[in-house]
Amino acid sequence: MIRMRHTTALRAAAAGIAALLTATACSSQRGQDDSAASADGACKGQQTTGITDKSIKLGGIYPMSGPASAYGTISNGVSTYFKYVNAEKGGIGGRKVEFVVRDDGYQPPKAVEEARRLVEREKVFAVFQTLGTPSTSAVWDYLNQQKVPQPFVATGASKWGTDTEHPWTMGWQPNYVAESRMYADYLKKEKPKAKVAVLFQNDDFGKDLLGGFKQAVKGSDITVVAEESYEVTDPSVSAQMTSLARSEADVLLNITTPKFGSQALAADAKNPRWNPLHIVNSVSASTSVLKPVGFKNVQGVVSATYFKDPADPQWADDAEMKTYRAAMKKYAPDADPSIQFNAYGWAVASSLHKALDAMECPTREGLRDAVQKLKDVKVDMLLPGVALNTGANDRFPIETMQLVRFQGERWVLFGEPLDTRQKFGPVTG
Amino acid sequence: MSEFLQQVVEGVGAGSIYASLALALVLIHRFTGIVNFAQGELAMISTYVAWQLVASGMPFWLALPVTLAISFAGGMLIERLLIRPVEGAPELTIVIVTVGLFIFVNAAAGLIWSFTVKDFPQPFPEGSVALAGVDIGWSTLGVIGVVAVVMGLLYLLFQHTRTGLVMRAVAANPASARLSGIRMGRVLMLGWGLAATVGALSGVLVAPLLFLEPNMMGGALIYAFAAATLGGFDSPVGAVAGGLVVGVAETLAGAYVGFVGADLKIGVPLLIILVVLLVRPQGLFGRAAVERA
Repeated sequence: MIRMRHTTALRAAAAGIAALLTATACSSQRGQDDSAASADGACKGQQTTGITDKSIKLGGIYPMSGPASAYGTISNGVSTYFKYVNAEKGGIGGRKVEFVVRDDGYQPPKAVEEARRLVEREKVFAVFQTLGTPSTSAVWDYLNQQKVPQPFVATGASKWGTDTEHPWTMGWQPNYVAESRMYADYLKKEKPKAKVAVLFQNDDFGKDLLGGFKQAVKGSDITVVAEESYEVTDPSVSAQMTSLARSEADVLLNITTPKFGSQALAADAKNPRWNPLHIVNSVSASTSVLKPVGFKNVQGVVSATYFKDPADPQWADDAEMKTYRAAMKKYAPDADPSIQFNAYGWAVASSLHKALDAMECPTREGLRDAVQKLKDVKVDMLLPGVALNTGANDRFPIETMQLVRFQGERWVLFGEPLDTRQKFGPVTG
Repeated sequence: MSEFLQQVVEGVGAGSIYASLALALVLIHRFTGIVNFAQGELAMISTYVAWQLVASGMPFWLALPVTLAISFAGGMLIERLLIRPVEGAPELTIVIVTVGLFIFVNAAAGLIWSFTVKDFPQPFPEGSVALAGVDIGWSTLGVIGVVAVVMGLLYLLFQHTRTGLVMRAVAANPASARLSGIRMGRVLMLGWGLAATVGALSGVLVAPLLFLEPNMMGGALIYAFAAATLGGFDSPVGAVAGGLVVGVAETLAGAYVGFVGADLKIGVPLLIILVVLLVRPQGLFGRAAVERA
C-alpha cells in the first residue's frame, strides 16, 4: 500500500537527518582552545581570547531563516550600533568591535553547532546574543563550561535570572513573570474583580507568563476563569477562542507569538457578543501583528513595554532616536528603522557597550563580573524611568515596564513606569 | 445545545479548510500515485502571489483568476521539471523530491516576503449570520460554498469531458492507457496543474482566517492528510467528507473530552489516521487496490 511506503520514507528521512546531525556534531568536536590567552598584572590568569587593546570580537546567533526569522532583524539593530560606534566614536573604549552573525534557524541543535564555531574557530570574546528560549537553553551549558560570557540573551524566560549554575549567562529584557505582574497590577487597579480568560502557547514561554500572572493575582479578587492552550503546530486558535468566549470573562489575556496573536485578536474582534478587555503580551505587541487584523479592530488593546517605540511620534525629537535613525539610514539602508525589533537591537547593543565600559579587567571574567553589578545604568533607548540593575541577588537587568494602549495607529504610553521587583519582590524559581 | 452546535460549526469551518487542501492532495495521488508533501507549501506560495498582486493594486476578484492561472502553469512546470526526471524511480525517491520541494518553497517564501504576518484581503463580508442561536461566519460559509463548487466542477470534468475520461484511464491503468495512445506526460502535468490550482484556491480562502506567513499551511497539511486518509486517497468526495469529519471531531474532542483538551487536539487527526489504516486502509470512500496474484 502506498501509505506503507510513506512510513518507510519518513523513517528513512528521519534516519538521514539524524546521521547528518551526528556527523556535523562530531566534526565540530575538535580539540578546543589550543591558544588560551591570558592577561597579566592585576587581571593575571584571566582569559583574553577575542580581545586586544584595539579590537573586540563578538558573535551573535539569530534565526535568520525558519519560523522565528521575524526576530532576525534584531541583528541589524545590533550591528548598526557597532558600526556607528566604530566609525563615529572610535569603538568601545578604543576597541573596534567585530560582530560575527550566525544563523540557527531557531533550531537548538544548530545553535549548539554555531556556538561551537564562534567559540572554537572564530575565537570570539563573548557570545552576544543568542535568541529564543530553546536555542539559549541549548547552548548555555556549553558556554558556561567553556567560561565564555553569554550576556543579555534575547529571551524573557525567568530561568536566566533564577538559575545559579550558569554565572556566565545573563538575561536583559524584562522576564515574562515581570511582564505578567504588570498586567496583574493594572487589573487590580482597573478591574479588581476581573474574571480572566487566558489563551497561552503551550511551552515554557506561555507557562512562565501564565504562572507569573496567577502568582501575582493571588490574594486578590481577580480569578482566572478559563484557560486554553495551543501548540505552535496548530493551524489556528479559533476553536480555543470559541471556548474562551463561553466563559464570559471580562478580561482576555493573550499570551501568544505573532501569527497566533493576530488570529486571537481577529477572533475577538469578530465576536459581537464577547467584548473583554484584551491584553496582548509584549512578544506579540508589534504593530506588524496588529496591522493585519485592522487597526479599527484593535483599539484599546493593552500591553506593556520598556523601550522607545521608533514608530511613536513622541520620540521623533528624542536625541537617541535621531542618532538611531541616522545610523540606520547610513549603515543599514535596507532595514526599516520603524520596526521595533531594530530599536531593540540598538538598545541591547548600547547596554552591552555600558557593560564593556564598566569592566575592571578587559577579560572574559571582567565582562562576566561587570554584567552582574550594574547599578542604575541608563540606556538612552530604554524608556525614561527604566534602568539596568543587577547585583549579587538580582540577575534580572530590566524589571521596570510601562503600560501601553493601542490608539489610532500606534501604541500610547499610559500610567507610570512600574518597578515590578519593588512592588512584588524578587522573582524566584 | 446551541453551545454544542456552535462548536460543530467551528469544526465545520476548520474542516472546510482541511477539505480544500485534502482535495488537492487527492487529485495528485489519483493520477500519479504519489503523495505530495509540498502541497501545502505550494498553496502558501500561490497565496503570496495573490497577495503581491493585490498589494500592487489589482482588485481581488481579478487577482484571484490570475493567481489560479499562474498556479496551474506552475504546477505543470513542477511536474515537468522536477517530477518527470524521477518518474520511474522508486516511490521513496519521489517522496524525497516533494519533501525537498516543501523545504525549498518554505525558505524561498521567507526570503522573498519575510516571515512577518501579512494582511490578506477578506473576499467575503465580515460578520456572521445568527441561526438558531449559532453564529456562522460569512467566511466559513464562503469557504464551504467554494469547496462545493470546486467539487462539482471536478465531477463534471472527470465524468463528462473527454479530458476527464483520458485522466480516469490513466488513473485506472497507466500501462494500457499508454498503449492505447494516451500521452501520459501531458495527463500527469494536467493533474499537477489542477492540484496546484485547487491548492491555490484553498490558500487564498484560508489566508484571511489563518493569516498569511510562510508556515501558514504547515499545520493544516497534517489535518489534510488525516482527511484524505479518512476519505480515501483516491476519492475527491471522500477528501471533502473526511475534512469535515476531522474538523468536527477535533473541535468536539478538544471542547468536550476532558483529558484531550486543547493540549492533545493535534493527536485527534493522528488517531484517525491510525484507526482508518487499521480498519479500512482504503478509506471510507476509497476503492481497495486489487492486485492479481
